[in-house]
Amino acid sequence: MPSADLGGRQATAAPASPYAIELKGISKAFGSVQANKDINIAIPRGTIHGIIGENGAGKSTLMSILYGFYRADSGQILVNGAPVTIPDSQSAIRAGIGMVFQHFKLVQNFTVLENVILGAEDGPMLNSSLAKARKILGDLSREYELDVDPDALIEDLSVGHQQRVEILKALYRQAEILILDEPTGVLTPDEADHLFRILRGLRDQGKTIVLITHKLREIMETTDNVSVMRRGTMVATVKTAETSPESLAELMVGRKVLLEVVKNPAKVGDIILSVKDLAVNDEHGVTRLKGVSFDIRAGEILGIAGVAGNGQSELLEALGGIAAASGVVVLNGAELPLTGPRANGKARRDAGIAHVPEDRQSLGLIMDFTAWENVGFGYHDDPRYQKNAWLMDNDALRADTAAKMATYDVRPPIPALPAKSFSGGNQQKIVVAREMDRNPDLLLIGQPTRGVDIGAIEFIHKQIIALRDSGKAVLLVSVELDEIMSLSDRVLVMFDGQIMGERLPAQTNERELGMMMAGMGAK
Amino acid sequence: MDFATFLQISDTALRFATPLLLACLAGLFSERAGIFDIGLEGKMLMAAMSAGAVAAVTGSVWLGLIAAIFGSLLFAAVHGIASITFRGNQLIAGVALNFVASGITVLIAESMFGQGGRTPPLEGAARFANIDLPFAETLGAVPILGPFYAEVISGHTILVYVALALVPISWWVLYRTRFGLRLRAVGENPASVDTAGVSVVRLRFSAVIIAGVLCGLAGAYMSTGLQAGFGREMTAGRGYIALAALIFAKWRPWQALWATLLFGFLQALALRPDVVESMTRVAIPVPFLDALPYILTVIVLAGFVGKAIPPRAGGEPYVKER
Amino acid sequence: MTKLPTWADVGLVPLISLTLAALVSAGVLLAIGQSPMQALTVMVNGALGSSYAWGYTLYYATSFIFTGLAVTVAFHAGLFNIGGEGQAQLGGLGVALVCLALPWPHWTIALVAAMFGAALFGAAWAAIPAYLQAKRGSHIVITTIMFNYIAAALLIYLLVNVLRPDGQMDPASANFPSGAHLPQFQEIPILQGLFQRFGADGLPRLNAEGLPMYQQVPANVTFFIAILACVLVWVMLWHTRLGYAIRAFGKSEKAAVYAGISPLRIIMIAMLISGALAGLMAINNVMGQAERLVQNSASGAGFIGIAVALMGRNHPLGIFLAAVLFGFLFQGGAALGLETDIPIELRTVVQGLVILFTGALDQMVRMLLGMFFAKKGAT
Repeated sequence: MPSADLGGRQATAAPASPYAIELKGISKAFGSVQANKDINIAIPRGTIHGIIGENGAGKSTLMSILYGFYRADSGQILVNGAPVTIPDSQSAIRAGIGMVFQHFKLVQNFTVLENVILGAEDGPMLNSSLAKARKILGDLSREYELDVDPDALIEDLSVGHQQRVEILKALYRQAEILILDEPTGVLTPDEADHLFRILRGLRDQGKTIVLITHKLREIMETTDNVSVMRRGTMVATVKTAETSPESLAELMVGRKVLLEVVKNPAKVGDIILSVKDLAVNDEHGVTRLKGVSFDIRAGEILGIAGVAGNGQSELLEALGGIAAASGVVVLNGAELPLTGPRANGKARRDAGIAHVPEDRQSLGLIMDFTAWENVGFGYHDDPRYQKNAWLMDNDALRADTAAKMATYDVRPPIPALPAKSFSGGNQQKIVVAREMDRNPDLLLIGQPTRGVDIGAIEFIHKQIIALRDSGKAVLLVSVELDEIMSLSDRVLVMFDGQIMGERLPAQTNERELGMMMAGMGAK
Repeated sequence: MDFATFLQISDTALRFATPLLLACLAGLFSERAGIFDIGLEGKMLMAAMSAGAVAAVTGSVWLGLIAAIFGSLLFAAVHGIASITFRGNQLIAGVALNFVASGITVLIAESMFGQGGRTPPLEGAARFANIDLPFAETLGAVPILGPFYAEVISGHTILVYVALALVPISWWVLYRTRFGLRLRAVGENPASVDTAGVSVVRLRFSAVIIAGVLCGLAGAYMSTGLQAGFGREMTAGRGYIALAALIFAKWRPWQALWATLLFGFLQALALRPDVVESMTRVAIPVPFLDALPYILTVIVLAGFVGKAIPPRAGGEPYVKER
Repeated sequence: MTKLPTWADVGLVPLISLTLAALVSAGVLLAIGQSPMQALTVMVNGALGSSYAWGYTLYYATSFIFTGLAVTVAFHAGLFNIGGEGQAQLGGLGVALVCLALPWPHWTIALVAAMFGAALFGAAWAAIPAYLQAKRGSHIVITTIMFNYIAAALLIYLLVNVLRPDGQMDPASANFPSGAHLPQFQEIPILQGLFQRFGADGLPRLNAEGLPMYQQVPANVTFFIAILACVLVWVMLWHTRLGYAIRAFGKSEKAAVYAGISPLRIIMIAMLISGALAGLMAINNVMGQAERLVQNSASGAGFIGIAVALMGRNHPLGIFLAAVLFGFLFQGGAALGLETDIPIELRTVVQGLVILFTGALDQMVRMLLGMFFAKKGAT
């Protein structure tokens, strides 16, 4: 249990090592996926250390290992120079590590004070714990600009204040090392600035801060050192003062094997889809898509680049009829309803929009359904699949599935196999086959090649281009920059629910797009 | 209704409310920890039979009480293993245990006593005796409150007073102790407890065990306090009424007391249709009074009278986030 | 955990769950000083040993098929309908109102009308919990439990105050007119022979008019309607757009919305069908057997539907088999009550254990099986 020692004064005698954390040769695999490969890193005490990388680069896995959620397959963790094992969160807390998760671990109908002491109470009675915590919280608040009303309920607090409670929780447990996972993803710019002031204050008091983010601006403004992760490996650790956003972006994106995409110049036709001031609020009332406007013409692929969570998903969901939205969307000259019972997935399909969703496992497929049932998913009302007014023609659906499996090279070509038995690439091919084979006027396609093997990537890319060459419009959302660059005829970059700007692939490069994705490009 | 009748009905109401209150508090601890418990009925029934049987054999109501708690705990343990250890469906587990209890109590009672699934009538030390509270006689002379004290409050068995005392105790445990804080947290957001380094499984098992003990008291009261012996299906849906009261009380101890008193009062009134008729001047059917707790609960559930928000993590087995 | 092959998951898991339930039940019998083997023998003889016994077993099975299907249709939509008992009682009310309304000229007409009444009342009783779930998020498990009790109270009131004929003491409706009598098995020409009564001399017994006499069994034409219902539910779930939408919604509400499936519509329709099926059970017991409406007419069949659906893995064929199994258990349990000291309540214990092992401890069974398969794989 924590004693009342406070305020960043070094609690114990000065440790021997200058490093707060050292990781040596950490590896971790989930099944066949190597999430972390031989990670080595040393984080000096009293610094803010950034860890940057694309989605899926392995940052969160690494931090989960540090907080006892996973155990590394191999490697060693040293805290203040001493080797430690961290089998659970309790051990991490004891080792002086505090973690602020991307999704807060707070009890919504508890007060700030109750959340802070939960699990770190002084004794079986609450009153003394609460009184002590109230005093300590007051001290911490003054010292680090962490002011939060200790008696407020969490559900009444803004997201920024909830995050402060998480930081207070860690400090109350006398964390000397504070890890923050994507802390600004949910914050307004003002709140983010405030957070960084707090973090600098903590560092100045001797704490060590690990900041996990994919936003270059934050790294450049806040950190002392930065490590770059890419595809499970640590590719570089540099002093922030000695690097530039450009070189970090390059390190982060890396030079991937560019798949050769052969495509003819676009033969652009009329406007298929026109979007004006499209905005989406999430269930908590937070505006995720903040009024975007653009057109897509027949015969072109419009690519939306951006780091995940910047409004692209909401854009797809609004256009696909899943999320209610405001604004004006015109398809082939007819305005689409954006709210109410007629704004649904089926109505959009009937209007000529096909949608390959970003998350095929939770949206695009029913994993327990067979392949043939999934080929009918969303199209189960299609007259082709009906025997008569009452019965579905499952045989027709199976036959159609077999045909689609042949055309789209789904392996194994067994319509009766459940979707969950296919590999990621073949699952995606089933979705792509279902959505594209109907020759839609507009194809919405999100993360078409996430978790898809190289061969399938090439195949799916060819299909997208073939659709465009047949005079259809494609809206492509991807976090993979090279995919955006090689497929798109035009590129829009999204950041924080807004469009940062438009570029033509031939007249830009990944570095410039990477900067814009990190919110640093000019409008 | 004259004052004497009122006192009489209130007295019955308190007796009827007692098992409801104990079971309701049992459900409160379990559900506050995130384990939905529709097995209250079964645990009570099992406890009622255990108490009746052991009290009949040994002649000691206290041994009967211990047996009741043991019988109820056995069922609570199965519920815990199914829904916490094996992450099974909490609702189905509860339904299953209710059926098992409904049958096995008769089987055991019949094999022990051969009286058609009943235990022999209990008397003397095999039953909880009524306790006259101090000064009941003297204070009885004070107008209004005096008779209320003497007739309604005084003269019940120890379990009635235990149940009443458990209301402030439950409140204190839930809101004033470390255990209560953690218990409430694990029902709202088990991840918050887990990341704070506290065992979710241990907390939830503690809650289920407390629920078992309280249902044990409720069942023991049924067969050794309210009635003199166990009879088949003697709980007669009280576990479900307690569940309804729990929703009505929005999972809070003091409100649980008021809700169970209300439902107990309705049950007492259902025994006196003449009184109801003389009061309302219309014949209100008895079945309507019987159904009123359930109707009120549906209205509360529908959100017409405030919103009854169950603990957020209720019903969900906890799986560590990947 | 080792992943089980599909055949083991579909076939072995319920079988092992059943075996575990049987073993625990045998343990209970041993504990109360009874012989499990003797109990089994009595049950088999009493429930399967004669055409007369089958006439009861299948009568119970008929009711359980309806309530099992009711639970299953809701389950496929991701809803746990515990309200089958109340819906079946309301179905009984529908049947009684229809049967008592007219002097029916022929049972076929009465049957169609009564089926309509049963389904309508059962569905109506499921409609309110369904609407509250869809629109207000009120937990359907709790509301359907409450509606069971409300149904029971409503029926007591109606039977005592409204439907009870003058001068009758017990709370029940009047007897249905003879035109509403459904043919029982011994009255159906092709089955009749099975139920013929023989004297001690081995010769057929004849009545006063010189016609052969038959044993009375409660199983009636509803059994065939129940089989038809199995087929129709199967067709509905796996061969219609509606069934497709119900199953998709039940698997993933989020994905269903992507596909343009309306949650409100599916919750309502699935629960209406579920309630109608539970209500239809009343054709069997109220119209086919009691021929009047009595208190607590469903007598627990609504709850047994839960066990039947879980045991039958929510597939109509499985439900049919599980319903016959529970029919055996019910009739066999009754035989136990008559011929041995073992109380009839044994069947409630077995029912509870089956629900426990198939519905709540299924993970444990899978883990046990998985260990077995892992070991087999290692050798």
